[in-house]
Amino acid sequence: MCLAVPGKVLDSDETSGVREGRVQFAGIVRRVRLDFVPEAQVGDYVMVHVGFAISRVDAEEAERTLALLSEMGALAGELGLAEPEAEADTLEPAPADGSKADRGDDRRD
Amino acid sequence: MTGAIRDLVKYIDEYRDHRIAHALAAEIRGRASRKWVLMEICGGQTHTIMRYGLDELLGDNIELVHGPGCPVCVTPLETIDKAIELASLSDVTLVSYGDMLRVPGSHSDLFQAKAKGGDVRVAYTPLEALKIARAHPERRVVFLAIGFETTAPANAMAAWQARHEGLRNFSMLVSQVLVPPAIRALMSSPANRVQGFIAPGHVCTVMGCDEYEALARDFHVPFVVTGFEPVDLLQAVLLLVKQLEAGSAQLENQYARSVQAHGNPVAREIMQQVFAVADQKWRGLGMIPSSGLRLRDEYADYDAVKIFGLADITVEEPAECVSAQVLQGLKKPTDCSAFGSRCTPENPLGAPMVSSEGACAAYYRYRRHTADN
Amino acid sequence: MLGHGSGGKLSAELVRSIFLPAFQNPALAKLNDQAVMNVNGVRLAFTTDSFVVKPLFFPGGNIGSLAVHGTINDLAMAGARPLFLSAAFILEEGFSLSELRRVVDSLSQAATDANVQVVTGDTKVVEKGSGDQLFINTAGIGLVPQGLELSADQARPGDKILLSGFIGDHGIAILAQREGLEFESAIQSDSAALHGLVAEMLEASDGISPHDTQEQRVAATLGGAIRCLRDPTRGGLSSALNEIAEQSKVGIQIEEPTIPIREEVRGACEMLGLDPLYVANEGKLIAIVEAGAAEPILQAMRRHPLGRDSRLIGTVTERSPGTVLMRTALGTTRIVDMLAGDQLPRIC
Repeated sequence: MCLAVPGKVLDSDETSGVREGRVQFAGIVRRVRLDFVPEAQVGDYVMVHVGFAISRVDAEEAERTLALLSEMGALAGELGLAEPEAEADTLEPAPADGSKADRGDDRRD
Repeated sequence: MTGAIRDLVKYIDEYRDHRIAHALAAEIRGRASRKWVLMEICGGQTHTIMRYGLDELLGDNIELVHGPGCPVCVTPLETIDKAIELASLSDVTLVSYGDMLRVPGSHSDLFQAKAKGGDVRVAYTPLEALKIARAHPERRVVFLAIGFETTAPANAMAAWQARHEGLRNFSMLVSQVLVPPAIRALMSSPANRVQGFIAPGHVCTVMGCDEYEALARDFHVPFVVTGFEPVDLLQAVLLLVKQLEAGSAQLENQYARSVQAHGNPVAREIMQQVFAVADQKWRGLGMIPSSGLRLRDEYADYDAVKIFGLADITVEEPAECVSAQVLQGLKKPTDCSAFGSRCTPENPLGAPMVSSEGACAAYYRYRRHTADN
Repeated sequence: MLGHGSGGKLSAELVRSIFLPAFQNPALAKLNDQAVMNVNGVRLAFTTDSFVVKPLFFPGGNIGSLAVHGTINDLAMAGARPLFLSAAFILEEGFSLSELRRVVDSLSQAATDANVQVVTGDTKVVEKGSGDQLFINTAGIGLVPQGLELSADQARPGDKILLSGFIGDHGIAILAQREGLEFESAIQSDSAALHGLVAEMLEASDGISPHDTQEQRVAATLGGAIRCLRDPTRGGLSSALNEIAEQSKVGIQIEEPTIPIREEVRGACEMLGLDPLYVANEGKLIAIVEAGAAEPILQAMRRHPLGRDSRLIGTVTERSPGTVLMRTALGTTRIVDMLAGDQLPRIC
């Protein structure tokens, strides 16, 4: 249960006692209620569930865990314990900025 | 869900790293000297395990069974029937989380109610239901407020706001459940085989870890609180295996980036203001005392059961559905005689086949090919 | 159970149990998105589609342009050069005339840009409450080169699977407009006419002389190496691949890290608990091609504006016929099941 996703707080405002902010999840931005995370500041990451932030992501804790895990991962890679990643195609990569293909003029609103 | 264009999504992609995943899996396989039965409580965790095939990586000594942590699956049949009844009223707008739309009631489901002309709407957040109520004073808006403790603060806030604003046309049909009493009931059962628990990280984000510490102590079984990404779940399994091999039974928090030992007191405050603990029927598991939440008396004007005078009914499940045993981890979905034949996502006999967090649906959707081979 | 519209299992059931038995003929039995018939030595492709999208206007298009692109694409998937369209409108009484004008202008422009003529049409007005504001049906006719047999039952083990670009754009663009799911987003529908891209793919080869006959061209080109083209519209990439796996009676295996998904689409899917594999696309195609031809066809696709982000995403196998499997980023394998009904946002 409990699909919560980490997003970055871009800004926050308070209207009639209700604190809200614009939060970014991988390229999309949505307004999120910040009532439950008074400690969250602009630039922090929060876990968002059904439109409400339920926690502020503890960046230090995350770093700590990840550092340990990454070491394990790197070691495993060296020792050949990790299965090779499923083959990405070997042809030249497409533009990394995900820019949209030029669709000419067949788009009208 | 990574694309070939590798923009790393922070706090998600790192926990899907395949080298770390395989390193953890290798260690799990190396350390488990005998068979251990572990349960992940949360439906979202079941979904990740199935969708990434994590059980494939654990080796033969680890058996994962799936717990009752799917609020969709455990919402009582009667609640669905009540929601459908309300949706059929011409001036009612029934607002629900998407998960609930296809859950079978005794004769129908909300999706069919919508097809028949009921005003049923899907919302990502309870705030949407409030918005609809404000915009349409001529409609009676009912919000189907289901969930575990993770969702309770948001659902509570909706009721609190409605009351604060004096919104006359808004009410909630509540089916909130609490995890620890269900785990306690499960572990008290003589049939219980679970030796270690993967505890629900977003529930604990709200509630903290105390209740799980108590369970670990009372039943002498290790609990590891973790999140929903593959690396989190694998690390939790590893921590459990280490404890089990050492004969230890502690509460460990693997999800410290989101979970603090004391949880989120601000979120709990609003829950306490709006909800009170109550006995709750769990679909498939039956009545578990003090395992749910109900609206407090001062919120009677926002309680759909009271406003609409919904009668108390008892409904029986289809006899063939063994969801009760699946939810307790006593049976695997594939042990059910109806699995994949008479019971499929298009024609579910019970709730665990509907929600993709339900064990049955997860098995059917992601893993049934292993049953064939 | 009325979830039939989302293009998944239930629609397939309707077709199988009601429509196929009623109209028994070989063209229909192939269950492609278009029919190809021989008339006096000319191969005609014929298709129809109805457009019921809500909202009517969305970033990157509207129901009008969509109605043209969708039908052109159904023709293009047979390798046809689209020639003529019909357009029939069903309007709810009271529908805004200015909105209708916008839709019709869009439809007209899309047809012009695609070099296709709307030659006939119809309009009906229904009582308020009987229709969802505006429905459009378009039917299309095109010419298919002799010797070209593109069909969903032609995939063979060993064939490669090519995808022309980012998935999920259209479905998420639509979803972002729906009440309650708004986010600020730059996601545009990818709605586009693909017949130009398909023509490039069919011609990709050396040594075609302008004097070659159609038949000689097709035989000479890599067009001969293309088994099947499909546009993954409703039901997404998953539905299109599942249909091919079922009709060709083969297995399909795709590789998760090769599937291009825009960051914004990922973000929206993560937030709502949606799987991009099931999200609709309106300007993408899948090509099943003979293994040896995969690389040159991929290069040809990438030279075209609508195929710049093309990828090789998988292989046709003998394993688990009728099933689509995906190797995840972790190297494990799971089924990509056919969708049963609409994918709904979830909290769980």
